[in-house]
Amino acid sequence: MSERVLVLGATSGIAEATCRVWAKQGASLVLVGRSADKLAAVAADLRARGARLVETAVADLDDTARHPQLLADSINALGGLDVAYLAHGIMGEQQQSEEDFNAAAQVLYTNFLSPVSLCTWLSNYFVKQGRGVLAVISSVAGERGRKSNYVYGSSKAGLSAFLDGLRNRVDRQGVTVLTIKPGPVKTAMTMGMKGSEKFADPDKVAQSIVDAIHAKKDVLYVPGIWKIIMFVIRHIPESVFKKLNL
Amino acid sequence: MTGKPPFEPWGRYPKYNANVVPLQWQSDFPAIVSRYGGMHNGALAVGMGRSYGDVCLLKDGNLMVTTGMNRILGWDPETGILTAEAGMTLAQILDFCVPRGYFLPVTPGTKYVTLGGAIANDIHGKNHHVAGTFGCHVPEFELVRSDGTHLRCSATENPDWYAATIGGLGLTGVITWAKLKMKPIVSRKIDYEGIQFHGVDEFLALTEASKHVEYTVSWIDCSSTGKNFARGVFMQGDHTRNPGELKPSPEPKLIFPIEAPGFMLNSASVAAFNTVFFHKQMKKRVTALQDYEPFFYPLDKVLKWNRMYGTSGLLQFQYAIPWEHAREGTIAILNEVAKSGLASFLAVLKAFGDVPSPGLLSFPQPGITLALDFPIKPGKSFPLFDRLAQMTLEFGGKLYPAKDARMTATQYQKSYPEWQQFLRYKDPLLSSSFWERVTREE
Repeated sequence: MSERVLVLGATSGIAEATCRVWAKQGASLVLVGRSADKLAAVAADLRARGARLVETAVADLDDTARHPQLLADSINALGGLDVAYLAHGIMGEQQQSEEDFNAAAQVLYTNFLSPVSLCTWLSNYFVKQGRGVLAVISSVAGERGRKSNYVYGSSKAGLSAFLDGLRNRVDRQGVTVLTIKPGPVKTAMTMGMKGSEKFADPDKVAQSIVDAIHAKKDVLYVPGIWKIIMFVIRHIPESVFKKLNL
Repeated sequence: MTGKPPFEPWGRYPKYNANVVPLQWQSDFPAIVSRYGGMHNGALAVGMGRSYGDVCLLKDGNLMVTTGMNRILGWDPETGILTAEAGMTLAQILDFCVPRGYFLPVTPGTKYVTLGGAIANDIHGKNHHVAGTFGCHVPEFELVRSDGTHLRCSATENPDWYAATIGGLGLTGVITWAKLKMKPIVSRKIDYEGIQFHGVDEFLALTEASKHVEYTVSWIDCSSTGKNFARGVFMQGDHTRNPGELKPSPEPKLIFPIEAPGFMLNSASVAAFNTVFFHKQMKKRVTALQDYEPFFYPLDKVLKWNRMYGTSGLLQFQYAIPWEHAREGTIAILNEVAKSGLASFLAVLKAFGDVPSPGLLSFPQPGITLALDFPIKPGKSFPLFDRLAQMTLEFGGKLYPAKDARMTATQYQKSYPEWQQFLRYKDPLLSSSFWERVTREE
């Protein structure tokens, strides 16, 4: 049977590229996103590329109360679940988050609380099933807070720590938890940003993610160079770090 | 596009500041096009920015980059008709279609151009003499105007908009999606033949003798004079009829690493290259079974090869001269180039056939086309360009907008008289630096 995958935040640049890899492999997919038009465009593309089944569901993933029903319906549509892929998130405006707690809370809600709710439900489902892969996009920005985006960074730091703990809990029950830590990727979100021509190609990032899922990896830095970069950044003494402009 | 302002085209000249607006979703389209079109100096949809000159630039305007719009909307394995969003590149189309036994109906020398850009420039390939231009294989597309109108365009539906948009340089509106009729193949291999020739007459004789061959093109040495004048290699090929592997070639890995210092490409090094290239083929005639990748895209192998020309860049000069004056015009222009002592690294000669393009402003016309590239040295290469442009006009020819950054308004308007008819279809909020240049009063 082809792989059955649930994709949350399916219209993000990285998620769409990842779905294309799965489609080529003949996977069955349920795509969840906020916009019906955008989901329809992605779904048509994935069908043409060879996906066995593509269903879409419109949902605001901030609405955590709706998660249990959404997840149950999706699994029902797929006839089971092998991989859950969490790719939704927002960058937020650091400046705005500094001035207004509500803006910061929004970033934390979407990037941390919403995935915590989804992961809780999904990991319990996988534990009961005795197998499954939970693949979640965090970020290298969660490795150390920087003044330029510490609200976004802390939401991802919280998420990474949560996933560490969850992995520790469910690993021996046959469930894989993959924390994906991408560096900057060339997507619509980053187009025109300084240095964006050097950003990673989403198709290559996508292939690495699917490979890591198949290899049942725990943590994926992508591109791999970020593992080294972040090792260095984490080890800069705070007395020096606080004076840097990063 | 390079991703950071100032923006530069593939030839790296000119460079202009512009605001980047990603066009990611068809559903966001009309709003974005009217909003940014109405701001500052208007807007222009661009794809990979592989045009050599300013046809893909808009000084101080909004460049709406379409490369995120690369979805497949439909595929019919029976007819080979692909429906795709305009930002899909030819490389992405090949990746999808080659394993399914189909190839591009027309391809230029790089696969890193978008579907929308290929239509807007009505590009041509080595099979122009049998297949015509790219636009000949696009049965239908959708155009979004800045006033929010959606127009489905084909030979029967909005045919005047169809004609204006094919070769319309992206100025009639933004192409959202298009259908492309692909060509069936049974293998990724090409039956290739290379033949050495001396002079334009031998080239013409080979062209005549190879009318039945699908792909023909010639590399020509334009640095040599005397007995080696206009020597070259005539290259031809057909998709092989023997079933074989249908796998896209892997992406090239080699990236030209640095900005080359200007002195690296001088007449001596080009003359040396030309001699090596000519004699690389030891025999008068060679045949080979070749992958489509090196046959069609020899330069894609070296990504960012434009860096070879340093930061000041390069400019291509490409003309189409009708048969009436094609022979004398080509000889005269090759003589002028050889005399100038300025080296052209890649000189490509090809006969255009008489398959008509559906486009109003299309470049190809029956006759000879010659493409030359020169490193930009304002005091030296520009005067040569200007002389060559003037000569082209005198021989009844015209220049290719996708490769131009120098043509004057008078030259453009004389060689593309349909431009006035085209004005009726131009979107008022869209423009390009090329268009501003060639339509202003002189």
